[in-house]
Amino acid sequence: MDGALLRSLTPSVLTVLVRRGADFAAAEDAVQDALVEAVRVWPADQPRDPKGWLVTVAWRRFLDATRADTARRRREDLVDEEPAPGPAPAVDDTLQLYFLCAHPSLTPASAVALTLRAVGGLTTRQIARAYLVPEATMAQRISRAKRTVSGVRFDRPGDVATVLRVLYLVFNEGYSGDVDLAAEAIRLTRQLAARVDHPEAAGLLALMLLHHARRAARTAPDGSLVPLAEQDRRRWDTRLIAEGVAILQAALARDRLGEYQAQAAIAALHADAPTAGETDWVQIVEWYDELARLTGSPVVRLNRAVAVGEADGPRAGLAALAALDTSLPRHTAVAAYLHERDGDLATAARLYAEAARKAPNLAERDHLTRQAARLNTRRLH
Amino acid sequence: MAKYLLLKHYRGAPASVNDVPMDQWTPEEISAHVQYMNDFAARLEKTGEFVDSQALAPEGTWVRYDGEGRPPVTDGPFAETKDLIAGWMVIDVDSYERAIELAGELSAEPGAGGKPIHEWLEVRPFLTASPTITE
Repeated sequence: MDGALLRSLTPSVLTVLVRRGADFAAAEDAVQDALVEAVRVWPADQPRDPKGWLVTVAWRRFLDATRADTARRRREDLVDEEPAPGPAPAVDDTLQLYFLCAHPSLTPASAVALTLRAVGGLTTRQIARAYLVPEATMAQRISRAKRTVSGVRFDRPGDVATVLRVLYLVFNEGYSGDVDLAAEAIRLTRQLAARVDHPEAAGLLALMLLHHARRAARTAPDGSLVPLAEQDRRRWDTRLIAEGVAILQAALARDRLGEYQAQAAIAALHADAPTAGETDWVQIVEWYDELARLTGSPVVRLNRAVAVGEADGPRAGLAALAALDTSLPRHTAVAAYLHERDGDLATAARLYAEAARKAPNLAERDHLTRQAARLNTRRLH
Repeated sequence: MAKYLLLKHYRGAPASVNDVPMDQWTPEEISAHVQYMNDFAARLEKTGEFVDSQALAPEGTWVRYDGEGRPPVTDGPFAETKDLIAGWMVIDVDSYERAIELAGELSAEPGAGGKPIHEWLEVRPFLTASPTITE
């Protein structure tokens, strides 16, 4: 039983039903039913044409559901219109599905959930577990999302940027559960990048691959965070890095720079350094300048201050930091780091402890507390 | 089975025996502490007594309704707030005695010098649904 195959067929099966005239919400429910049925039946009896099988079962489920309520007339119309049985059309409407699920009328949380279910083929339970909410809550979120997009025309091109934003969110919120959301985000972005001619889709895919390559090195066996400079670079996945760099280079060659390509370029420069000490910080600062120009984001300027601290020394980093709002997330942690590099261990220890109190998650809090403890221990002994 | 909340406080609990702020420990002592907490939760999962565990940021905001058509009033955080919750663990156990026993074990988490913190934890029973048979 190939779960990945099953899930990869989800979007095209769904679009077949929609093309045949089923409304999106009902079609999506029917496809979920068909997936559940496939999980039950396929292990014993895998069909020769898996997609055709799913289309047939989903269509039947859709008709059953429609028959069950007051929409009898509509169902009869549809039966009249039903195409002759045969292989499912090979036309690929997956892209339209991405646009629909990331429609600007949806909130980010809804777009994420709908994308994972309708494009990714995950069950509501899997999505709920991944985002640590009750299944009933996630079911409501998805059905509200489907109602929100129910009037959206399926044949209009959408905005790739909104789709990329949704996929970025899926990748970046690495929660728990039995589904690897980072890997799922990569699969969906890969599928998207193969379908659109858009350097930023390639840029996002490269960015994900380059960060995913570091995953094994990012946490210690006890679960604590390992900062980039201290990671064992032999544990980075060189295959993913090579693929990410190749995709990025092809995207950059097209000279349509965007924020994901710029972020990926920074990740590629880190990947390129055999040791932390050999990092090309001057080039990284230049990429942060590009990124700040593209996004205007204060968070980018904060990261840039770290890079300036490495390229031109901690005093220069602190000067860059002084221009930024102190209420920015992680501002205190960056200040602590730069003061430590500058040799002011007492200030650094105090700021690390303060940053720990403001940390947005447990892993960071523990990490920052350890940094404070490390400096305090060293000062006392 | 009955559910209990084991409540950890940033402020408001009586001082623990081994009362040293965490940033004054060694990094190894912090690791040992985190490991103890993770092991404790993992053990309760195995015994079928673990329900949930969450940690809270120290700074919150007070909010109240301010009347029709007006945005809610916000205030705080107040530095003088006497009671500040740090986080909790919810357990589902057979008896009050078992809840106390587990809270005692959790309070033995190692701190400065690798010695138990003897932290005061608050054990609060959940109010339950009403039983079917009452006589």
